Amino acid sequence: MEGTASLAGTAAAGAAPRRRRNYARHYWWFVVPCGAVVLGTIVFPWVFTLYMSVHEWRLGGGRSWVGFANYAKLVEDERFLLSILRTLYFTALSVLLPMVLGLLAALAFHRKFPLRGLARTIFILPMMATPVAVALVWTMMFHPQLGVLNWLLQQVGLPPSMWVYAPETVIPTLVLIEVWHWTPLVMLILLGGLASLPIDPYEAAKIDGATPWQAFRHITLPLLAPFLVVALIIRTIDALKAFDTIYVITQGGPGTASETINIFLYLQAFAYYNLGYASAVVVVFFTIIIALAMVLLWTRARVKDA
Amino acid sequence: MTRAITRRTALAAGAGLIAAPPIVRQANAQSQFDWKRFAGERIEVSLTANPRSTILIQNQREFEDMTGIRVGAEQIPEQQHRQKFAIEFASGRASFDVVGISLHVNKRQVGRARWCTDIKALMADASITSPDFDFADFGAGAVAYSTQSDGRMDTLPEFTDYFILYYNKELLAAKNIAPPATFDEMYESARRLNDSSRQIYGNVGRGLRNANVVLYSSFLLGTQQRDFLDEQRRLISDTPDAIWAGEFYKKLLRDCSPPGVSGFNWNECQTTFMQGRAAFWLDGVGFAAPLEDRTRSRIAGKVGYAVVPRGPANHHCAMFGTGFGIAETSRKKGAAWYYLQWASGKANQLRYLTSGAGSPARTSPYRNEEAISQSRFSREFFSTLVESARISRPGLPEIVPVTEFRDTIGAALTSTIGGADVATELKKATEAFRPVLEASERAA
Repeated sequence: MEGTASLAGTAAAGAAPRRRRNYARHYWWFVVPCGAVVLGTIVFPWVFTLYMSVHEWRLGGGRSWVGFANYAKLVEDERFLLSILRTLYFTALSVLLPMVLGLLAALAFHRKFPLRGLARTIFILPMMATPVAVALVWTMMFHPQLGVLNWLLQQVGLPPSMWVYAPETVIPTLVLIEVWHWTPLVMLILLGGLASLPIDPYEAAKIDGATPWQAFRHITLPLLAPFLVVALIIRTIDALKAFDTIYVITQGGPGTASETINIFLYLQAFAYYNLGYASAVVVVFFTIIIALAMVLLWTRARVKDA
Repeated sequence: MTRAITRRTALAAGAGLIAAPPIVRQANAQSQFDWKRFAGERIEVSLTANPRSTILIQNQREFEDMTGIRVGAEQIPEQQHRQKFAIEFASGRASFDVVGISLHVNKRQVGRARWCTDIKALMADASITSPDFDFADFGAGAVAYSTQSDGRMDTLPEFTDYFILYYNKELLAAKNIAPPATFDEMYESARRLNDSSRQIYGNVGRGLRNANVVLYSSFLLGTQQRDFLDEQRRLISDTPDAIWAGEFYKKLLRDCSPPGVSGFNWNECQTTFMQGRAAFWLDGVGFAAPLEDRTRSRIAGKVGYAVVPRGPANHHCAMFGTGFGIAETSRKKGAAWYYLQWASGKANQLRYLTSGAGSPARTSPYRNEEAISQSRFSREFFSTLVESARISRPGLPEIVPVTEFRDTIGAALTSTIGGADVATELKKATEAFRPVLEASERAA
């Protein structure tokens, strides 16, 4: 041991002390273009949004410093508070329903049956449609007197619905479009997950006499959990930022019954040109999204650890 | 003896030759207007998408051939266009030289920010204003609409939209009902014509927030109060007259209109009326063209036209208008002014009227008997327009936050269709909007 240590010591002493060249000071210039883009497109807009949010700022008018008055006004603004509730309601339904239906569809399409490929293709077609075009078509179908949906309801003896034309039914109806549009995406993610699952646990479970429900509950669901979380994150982000379909179909109406935060924000910024107030809404909305994202990431980490 | 040409003579002759064409052009201008003065320039024109803009773009070649000015024109849907030009103006670098402006929405905003140039100076310059321009031909109401409160005229009138009463002649004849002369008659007739078992309704009208305020204002104009603001420009949208108009709006849309009307904008109303499902429809004149289109409408040839019925105290119809402005930042104001003269010229204004694209701001098209007799629209339509012009008043208050006003009051009106109390809703909406208006007026 001693000899080894001595040899090592001799070798270290024999080598000339090499000065490591510091390349970093040359390399950092390469970061400058990327840094400039990040500063210009992410940091600056954010700082400027914060700056605008503490001003009374109207397009075509002057601007004046108001401190946190815009934020204080938000707390008392019933229309804004209701828009948050509507956003949460819309998001919850628009995430939950596609998740459940997407899982069922993935389980169905994972099984082998004739024309499975064709059926899968047809199922994912809605996802390929342009949201605005989809919204215009649905608007025509929802017309209470002339729309095809009420005609179909009447054919099977059901009373007509007011769809997006009544405050009570407008959000569920908008969720219906989201479900139709985005369930295929959830199905695709989960189908990929199902295809990657090992078959050994199922064979073992079968030998042990597990029922199909038990196999699903104790094998499929836990193994599929990481994919479910990915689908959940994607759907939540999509549902939170939903704007185009709602704006085209209802513009937030009837009254303010479908006015989500995005619609409220859009109106403040681009219809009322109230840029200061709209910026405060952006900051608050961003905070909500960050909080939600942290919850989702925490969930993902827990699922991964499990 | 020959005189040698001196250098001075040669220079003078050269200068004379160079100066000759402009001098000749100027001389000609006195006898014949010089449309080619800005030949070679290119202007950008930003328009709201509608049938009138389509007419201008379709006939743009005519202007380019006449003036030698190239035109880059775009038409953008109404809502987006209003945002686009406001943002571009505010940036200080508008990409267009000429812009179409909805005066009932943006007049005060554009005027206060001085985004558009005062065209009175251009109009007064005989060297760039065609003798055929004939400013006196524009209707007084349209000119007043284009004039700011400080006397500046920053848009040239283009189109004046009146609310009129469309009615289904067949449905009225079946029950031997005459077109209504008063609001009360309108309601009573609508009730009689209403037959929900056959999905036939006495009336259809805008119920959607924001869009519905222009219908409501048609009723308010019939009251003693008539306007949304008093003489001190204070909001008076919760007075007894305002509540009466709200009650009338509520009962007409609740009792005699299709279910779901609270979500109806003009397009749903148009579809319902075109399919013969409604007897009355109170809306802008621009819808006559699709209603009379035999390829799309089931009631083409059966549409009746009448002025808005008389209210309990006054008889008015709501008026809205558009105009063309020249960006203050434009470096091609001369060419842009030429475009304005052509766009709002007599030929295009006549095209608007005879095609049913809208009621022109000039008066001469209404006097063109030959064109009117050849039009596909009935005489009743034209006489309705002339009569509407006589009784018209602005349908929206001239304030900067007009969209916010429409949203706030509109949401209250939509709630009333659902059964909410009119007085309570209007009071709440008025209290919500009053501080916004006061802040806006203070900034003026």
